[in-house]
Order: sequence, then structure tokens, then C-alpha cells
Amino acid sequence: MTPTHPIHLTVNGQAHRCSVAPRQHLVDFLREDLGLTGSHLGCEHGVCGACSVRLDGKVVRGCLVLAVQADGRSVETVEGLTDGGTVRDLQDAFVARNALQCGYCTSGMLMAAAELLRAEPDATREAVRLWMSGNYCRCTGYQAIVDAVCDVLASRKAGVLASPKAAIPAQGAAA
Amino acid sequence: MKAPPFDYAKPTSLDEVFRLMAEHGDQARLLAGGQTLLATLNMRLSEPAILIDIGGIAELKGIGVQGSSLRIGALVTHSEIEASGLVANHAPLLSMAAPHIAHRAIRNLGTWGGSIAYADPAAEWPACLVALEGTVVLRSAQAERRVAAKDFFIDLYTTALAEGELVTACEVPLRAEADVFVFDELARRHGDYAIVGMALAAQRNASSLTTSLTKARLVFLGMGNIPVRAPRCEALLQNKPLTPELIDTAMASLKRELHPMADLTNSIDTKRHLASVLARRALTSLMREHVPA
Repeated sequence: MTPTHPIHLTVNGQAHRCSVAPRQHLVDFLREDLGLTGSHLGCEHGVCGACSVRLDGKVVRGCLVLAVQADGRSVETVEGLTDGGTVRDLQDAFVARNALQCGYCTSGMLMAAAELLRAEPDATREAVRLWMSGNYCRCTGYQAIVDAVCDVLASRKAGVLASPKAAIPAQGAAA
Repeated sequence: MKAPPFDYAKPTSLDEVFRLMAEHGDQARLLAGGQTLLATLNMRLSEPAILIDIGGIAELKGIGVQGSSLRIGALVTHSEIEASGLVANHAPLLSMAAPHIAHRAIRNLGTWGGSIAYADPAAEWPACLVALEGTVVLRSAQAERRVAAKDFFIDLYTTALAEGELVTACEVPLRAEADVFVFDELARRHGDYAIVGMALAAQRNASSLTTSLTKARLVFLGMGNIPVRAPRCEALLQNKPLTPELIDTAMASLKRELHPMADLTNSIDTKRHLASVLARRALTSLMREHVPA
């Protein structure tokens, strides 16, 4: 056996000091060592996207990063993403649009869609399809997932347009 | 599947990288973005004794203009190229190609230098580097040397990299005013390996009402063991007004010139046809762009 390596990383805002075997990839570490089972393992060679997590703020394939590579870095899983409340509307849209059936791909879908909402707020339906093409879903046929993401893009855009008016009563109420 | 056991080292200087490479020889693999290497380890297609993680070496990072070239460090990720204003200004072919590489999550980690060094014949960057007539910068413990892209890619996954060397960067000439570029590929699903892709670079003659191209480089990916150029087709296009007739002639020649290998789902004829579809689309768009309104 090769020796384990000490790592020090932040997961969902919490610091962890652990010791890992070099061969262990990040999602096995998250699931087995930290008990964060929201990230799923599908193909384990970078094709299906079920293992998507954020590394230093960017979405990555958790099966194509070694836990030891995450030393000194910040990881965010679907648990952290959803606890933060920043994708509440996205989760609601997934429910409203029936964008999941078995749910296996859903955490990866949320991670991928969350980065799209941030990086391309003006994305067209076609751009959504291209962006989400890196995540497999074997239940829904994708249309409902694309519908959900497009709903959120549209509602956030409308929200931004409406926000100057909406902000006035909110400020008034706070004062 | 799970990767076989291996050891791991993360050196902080190139000297240390070269020392580890010398110590472990064939038993070591360099780990950059890992988007190919870790997949092959998980599938147990490769069983190295140690991974040397070069991800912490600062001098392999960054994009910058140096004289008449744009230097792209080996550790620059596909996403960084996609988002780079310097690349968009000085090497727009790369900006066009980047979105075609796999998916966002993979582009966020996969590196430019990894793609060049791995030399997958279906990858985008090797074809682009050949089309741009770029240069690969190689470093060993003893020396640095530069190899032209056309001489770097030798055969399937085989490059001019010698034992003990690594790719530190590539240099591509800064775009000149007359330069035009097209990148396109055909894949069954966006982000999958392309069946066929094409990088086109040329100078456009703007002095007449018709468009003509000089020094066109048509480079195909997925059509052979290395990026495949089409010199006879390029010669046919040289300095002649781009017309539908010229494009027809060039495409007939191109199909005779290309000798792809079939893959699991695409025959030789299909690939040859698809290559000509990409070339025809590119040349037609260049011809139309120049028609005065």
C-alpha cells in the first residue's frame, strides 16, 4: 500500500483535516470519509456528470479530481449549495417541471445549472441544452430539465428588471 | 472503477519536477488537469507507480503577449482560454474552438498543455496549433527548446517530447489584420469527441470585390493519427477568387486527398464526406462575408 497523505481543505465552509490515499478520488472522499452522499457516482470516468461538485467555486467532475489534489482548496457539494438557499428557485422549478424521476442525476444537474445561471444569465434555450449536455439523465428525456432551467433564467431576469420597484417597499418596511 | 494504487508528489519547482521524473522514469506520469489521465486510471488502462502533480508550478500558468507571439502556459485551462480577452484578440481561432471541448466541468480543469502533450488525434488544440503554425516550448533539466507544431505531432499519441522533457507553453503568432479563422466540428452530441473537426486559418485578400485566400491552412481532427492538413486543397485555393465553382473543385480534390480511418460508427466515406461538409461551410461563409451589401 502507498502511504496516505495529509490534506487540509474546506468543504461547504467547514475546515477538515484528513488523511487520504492518493488513489481516492474526491467524491469517494466526500461520500465515504465525510458522509456527504449528495454527490453521486455514475460512470466514474468523467462522462455522466452525476458527481459534479465545485472546486474553488467552479464546477468540476468529482471523479476526475483526486482528494489529495483538493489540499488547501475549497469544495462545495450539493448539500452546501442547497443549504445556502441561492438555488431555492432552481430546486422549486425542478419540482414544478417534474425535472427528476429517480433523482440520481439531480445533484449534478443542480451544480451544472447553478454555474450556468451565474455565467450565462442571458442563455437561450439552445445554450442551456449545450451547457447541460455534460450531464446524463436516464429518466426525463431532458426536456423537463431544460424547461426548469429556462424558467429560472426567465424569472431571475424579470426579477432583476422589477427589483428597483420591489426594493422600495422592502426598504420602507425595514426602516 | 477505482484507480489502482499509486503514490503522489506535488513539487513546487520545475527543478523538483525534473528530479522526480529522472528518479521514477517510465513509472511516473505528470498530472496537470487530469481530465484524461484520471479517467484512464479509473478504467485501469494505465498503472503508474507515482503521479507528479505539476498543478502548483507557477511558471506553467498564464497567457501573455511576448513580442510577436501569444504565449499560452501549459497549465492554462480550456475555460481560461474560452474567457480570455487576450486570446479573443490575438488568436480568435482558439476562442472559437474552446466551447467545443468536452463540457464545462471538464473545461474548468483540463489544460492546454495536457491536450498538446497527450496529442489525441480527435482533440481540438493540436489541430488549432498546427493551423496557427504555432510552436511548442519544451523544457528538460538541461535545456529549453522549441518545436514547430507540424513537427511536434509525430504519430498516434506520439510527439517530439523526449524523455525527461515536459511542455511548458506554446506560442502562436499574433493575429494580423488580414487573418481569418474558422473552427467547426461535427459530433453526435455536443461535447462528445468529434467525428470530424476542422480548423481553418488564412489571409483574406481585401483588395478586390471578391474574396480570395492566401496561405490557407485546413487542418482536420479525427481524420488520422495526427492533425491532418490538406496541402493540395490549400494550393487550389491559393490567391483565387472564392466562387462556388472554385469551392466545388476544392472539395472534389479534398475528398481525394483525405484518407481517414473508420471508427465504430462512421465509415471512411462518411468521414471524408463530413470533412468536406465542414470545409465547404467554412469557405462558403468566408465567400459570403465579403459580398458588398
